[in-house]
Amino acid sequence: MSELNDLYQETILEHNKNPRNFREIEGADKQAVGNNPLCGDALRVFVRMDGDTVDDVAFKGSGCAISKASASMMTQTLKGKTREEAEAMFHEFQDMVTGKLDVETDENHLGKLKIFSGVLEFPARVKCASLSWHTLNAALSGEDEVSTE
Amino acid sequence: MSDWDVEKIRKDFPVLSQTVNGKPLVYLDNAASSQVPQSVIDRTSKYLAEEHSNIHRGVHYLSQHATTAYEAAREKVKRFINAPDVNCCIFVRGTTEGINLVAHSYGKGFIGEGDEILVSQLEHHSNIIPWQVTAEERGAKLRMIPINDRGEIMIEEYDKLLNERTKIVAVSHVSNSLGTVNPIKEMIATAHKLGVPVCVDAAQSVPHFPVDVQDLDADFYVFSGHKMFGPTGSGVMYGKREWLDKMPPYQTGGSQIRTVSFEKTTYAPLPAKFEAGTPAIAAGIGLGAAIDYLNSIDFAAAAAHEHDLLEYATARLADIPGIKITGTAAEKASVLSFTIENVHPHDIGTILDQQGIAVRAGHHCAQPVMQFFDVPATARASFAFYNTREEVDKLADAVQKVIEVFA
Repeated sequence: MSELNDLYQETILEHNKNPRNFREIEGADKQAVGNNPLCGDALRVFVRMDGDTVDDVAFKGSGCAISKASASMMTQTLKGKTREEAEAMFHEFQDMVTGKLDVETDENHLGKLKIFSGVLEFPARVKCASLSWHTLNAALSGEDEVSTE
Repeated sequence: MSDWDVEKIRKDFPVLSQTVNGKPLVYLDNAASSQVPQSVIDRTSKYLAEEHSNIHRGVHYLSQHATTAYEAAREKVKRFINAPDVNCCIFVRGTTEGINLVAHSYGKGFIGEGDEILVSQLEHHSNIIPWQVTAEERGAKLRMIPINDRGEIMIEEYDKLLNERTKIVAVSHVSNSLGTVNPIKEMIATAHKLGVPVCVDAAQSVPHFPVDVQDLDADFYVFSGHKMFGPTGSGVMYGKREWLDKMPPYQTGGSQIRTVSFEKTTYAPLPAKFEAGTPAIAAGIGLGAAIDYLNSIDFAAAAAHEHDLLEYATARLADIPGIKITGTAAEKASVLSFTIENVHPHDIGTILDQQGIAVRAGHHCAQPVMQFFDVPATARASFAFYNTREEVDKLADAVQKVIEVFA
C-alpha cells in the first residue's frame, strides 16, 4: 500500500477517526453549508468571531476521510487567527492542492496542513480536501452555501 | 462456469489487458459504462476511415453507403429487442436523451392539469428529473412508488397509486444503484388495465439479458449503447407506433421534416420525425456492431456467468465483518452496492483504484435511493460477462485492506 502513503497518512486517518471541533457552535456569527455534488457530501462550518479574530470554529456533516480530516485540521489551525490570516490560508491551501504552490519551495504558512499536498496525485480527491476551506471562505464572506462544482 | 470461456472473451476487449497503478486492471464499473470489443472499434474505425458522410441527404456514393450502414444498425436494434417495427426504434444519444424525449413529447401531447405521473423511488435521476420538469410544466403531480428494505418496488403500493388520473408510469427495468430487477411485465400489465402507458428505463437491462419489448408490452423502452459494449453517444428510444404517431416532435430542424414554409411545417414519418439534425452516425453503426457481438456470443451462458459472479461476490463480501450490502432484492442483476462501517465510499474507491480495481463510489445519480437507505453514498461493483472469479477475489482482498487501513 506504499502508493497510498501520500494520501492516507497516519495523521489524516487519525483526524478522520477523531475529528476535532466536530460540533455546532451555538450563536455562531457566521456559518455556511458546503456541498460536493459529485459525491453528495455536505458539511456545515460554524465560525464565532471576537472582533476581527476567529474565536471558535467548528464543523458538522458527512464526508470521506480526506474531507473530514481536512476540516478537522482546518479548525485546529484557524483558532486565534485574524480574518485576513484565515483568508490568506484559504488561498494558500487552495493553491497547494491545485499545484500552484509548491510547499517545499514556495513561502507559505500552511504548517501541518502541508500533509494535504498529497492529494495532488489524486485529482478526483482535490475537492474533498478543499470543501471545508471553500465553506469557511463562504461563511467569512457572508454566503450561506457553496458548491465545489 | 464450464460453458463460458471467459479468458477467450476477455481477449475480445483490448482495454482489459492493461495495468493500472502497476496492477492488472480489474474493471468493475460496468454499470457506469461497459468496455468495447475490438469488433466494435474496428467497425467504427472502418466507418470513419472509409465510409463517412452525412446520411439521408446526399445522392453520392458515400452518403448512400453511410445511410445504408446506419439504417442496417437500426434493423439490428429492432431484431435485438424484437420491436414490431424498425421505424419505431428512434436513435438517441443515450438513455437520458431518450427519456427526455418521451417526457417532453408525451407530456406535451397527453399530460395536463391535475394528471399524475408515477415514478419509482428506485430511479436514476435521469428517470426522475425529466418527469419532474414535465409535471411542473403541465401542472401535473409527480407521485413516487415506494421501495422496501431490500430495494424492491412495493407492488401493492404501486397498484394503489395507479388511478384514472395516472397518465404515465416511469420505471427502470433494472436499478442502476442496487441491481434490483423490477417485475416490469406485471407492472405494465397492471397499468394497461387502466390504459396507462409505461416508459421503461432499460439502460441496465439490455447488457444483461435478452429483451422482447413485445412480450413485455412496453410502451417506451429506452437504453444506451455505451452500457451494452457499444460507443458513447449511441442509444435507442423504442416506442409503440400508436403513441409515437400522436406525439409532437422533441427537437426540430433538419432531416425531420416533410415540407417547410414560413407558414407551416409538416413533419416526416417515423423515425425521422424524432431525429432532428445529423446524428452520431459512427456511434449508431458502432451500436449495430455491439449487437452483432452480443449475437455472436452465448448470451444465456454470459448471463449465467454474471449471475455466478454476483453470487460469489455477494458471499465473499458478506463474509467480511463490517461490510453491509445495500440492495438485497430476490431478483438482481450483477450490481453489488456496499458500504464499510466508518469508511466513506470515496476512500474505498481510491484505495481500490490503487490496487487497479475500478468501482463506482458515490450516490450513483440515485440520491432518493441513498436517502432511503440513509447512506450518503455507496461503493458499487458491477460485473460484466468478461469479469472473473479471480477479480472478485481481488476485490474482496482489497476491501479487506481498506478495513485494515481504517482500523
